[in-house]
Amino acid sequence: MTWPSFLIRRLLQALVVILLITVVVFGLLHSLPGGPARGILGAQATPDQIAAFNAEQGLDQPVPAQYLAYLGDLVTGDLGESYTLNSSVSGLITERLPKTLVITAGSGLLALLVGIPLGMWQAARRNRLADQVITGVSMIAYSTPAFFLGLLLIIAFSLNLPWFPSQAPQGASAGAVLAEPAGLVLPILTGAAAMIAVFSRYMRGATLDNLNQDYVRTARAGGTGGSRLLWGHVLRNSLTPVVAMAGYYVPVAFGGALVVEQLFNYPGMGLLFWSAAQSSDFPVLLGCILVISVATVVGTLLADIAQALIDPRVKVGQS
Amino acid sequence: MSVPIPELTADPATRTEFSRAVRRFTRNRLAVAGVIVVLALAALSFLGPLVHSTDQVHTDLTQVNLSPGSGHPLGTDAVGFDQLGRLMLGGQLSLMVGVCAGILAMLLGTVWGAVAGYAGGWVDTVMMRIVDAGIAIPALLLLLIVSAIWTPGTLGLIVILGLVSWLVPSRLVRAETLTLASRDYVLTMRAMGGGHTRAIGRHILPNSLSTIVVAATFQIADAILLVAYVSYLGLGVQSPDTDWGGMLSQGLDAAFSGRWWLIAPPGIAIILVVCAFNAIGDGLRDAFEIGGRR
Repeated sequence: MTWPSFLIRRLLQALVVILLITVVVFGLLHSLPGGPARGILGAQATPDQIAAFNAEQGLDQPVPAQYLAYLGDLVTGDLGESYTLNSSVSGLITERLPKTLVITAGSGLLALLVGIPLGMWQAARRNRLADQVITGVSMIAYSTPAFFLGLLLIIAFSLNLPWFPSQAPQGASAGAVLAEPAGLVLPILTGAAAMIAVFSRYMRGATLDNLNQDYVRTARAGGTGGSRLLWGHVLRNSLTPVVAMAGYYVPVAFGGALVVEQLFNYPGMGLLFWSAAQSSDFPVLLGCILVISVATVVGTLLADIAQALIDPRVKVGQS
Repeated sequence: MSVPIPELTADPATRTEFSRAVRRFTRNRLAVAGVIVVLALAALSFLGPLVHSTDQVHTDLTQVNLSPGSGHPLGTDAVGFDQLGRLMLGGQLSLMVGVCAGILAMLLGTVWGAVAGYAGGWVDTVMMRIVDAGIAIPALLLLLIVSAIWTPGTLGLIVILGLVSWLVPSRLVRAETLTLASRDYVLTMRAMGGGHTRAIGRHILPNSLSTIVVAATFQIADAILLVAYVSYLGLGVQSPDTDWGGMLSQGLDAAFSGRWWLIAPPGIAIILVVCAFNAIGDGLRDAFEIGGRR
């Protein structure tokens, strides 16, 4: 199979998944107690008011017709209006998403940049003291709830050693936020810790598998030594499982943003989502879910393509 | 027409295989330590109150924020609850919800994955695209939405956590089923007239059992963490009930004024028990010699 047909096939699959997600989100929106009308008009609304609202919003139409109308709105970027914030959902998300991306992309990138070399370094020293200590620390990092870890980081590096502020930057845009890098250090570290643990662990395992392969023995016999072998040959082959898995960490990173933004009072999408949940602002909740899910699907798609590029053994189209 | 089908699973061989696995597991020091930690924390949570009996229902404003000392080995919290007693109470909920939710997720994932993998074709495609869609939605966000609609009790919490966690296990079981369904003994049994239910129930699932048990252990570890997050986001059980995550998030502010005893015990308990379940999962995986890493 050629590259274009591989890409088209994967894109179609992604499209199907996105459609399924819209079905789930639409289903959730319509399974609310009392429906959207009750959500907007409040518990005091009379049946007449609700009926009038439903007729106005097209909610008295058959469900499939409503779903098609919803899809039509989505395609034009219309995610509805917030119940409480007097603003369109897409407007709110456009404002907040870039700031959340600073945290999630920062954490993800840090996790890859630290986790991958760390895992390989451990594999090269397998079962020695350094490897065991790092394995232990990784296990603890994975097992620590992010809000607890964040708190410990604040106590250590903000209260005891006044190196970084304990509150994240409050700037209105991603650019303004990036202008205060010191405030981003603790939130990004908090978000990255568990992912570093997971990535280094996968990388260690993948590297160990590769070190036992024939091609490594052949290269060794041919005189290719330690670090050149490791970083030149083994790295590329071991990256495949980690890259394939990294796509699945997009939703984990966004879930983590919810906690990190809450802890560091960072006005991104996570905090928007949290306050929307407090006020039952369902259009905002579902709009955020939709955007994040689509980001995940795109993330896994990119991971798949990256995997096919990195690993010559992955024949394009075979899956 | 039904034909009597000879038993194709070889019991004695399975038994030696099993005892070998047990021996390998008991030689793994980290895994054994994990079992001990889980048992110790379970004993503390469920049997501890018999020894150290405290009032965890009525607040006592004359006894607030006491540091650890006589009468209150771990001090008291901001409303006068004995912190050690609270740790026991919280442990009951964290462990029970975590273990039940992990097992529920595994059961759902096993059925879904086995059916998809065994059926193959378009059924498999549809079922697995549904899993893809589900995995793309962050579990924490889904939990927040559900709780905006309805405040869950303990049982509700178990069901919700189970419902958001079965997707990854279903992939594992599907992969396992795909390989097993094409094995000769399953094909032979089918050719002799055995039905689908028998193929899945008697052959595929028992042979995937080790994979399932290992995945379940990791699921429990993740579920215990998820319970803590749920409490942190304010969706957990209502006071005076609590769990370790709830204690930890209530103690966050206290930590800044130096009352370490409000966060250290629940924090350490969560880390210990999640590490322990992960160590047990690693040990089981090595003992059963299953591929794959985590």
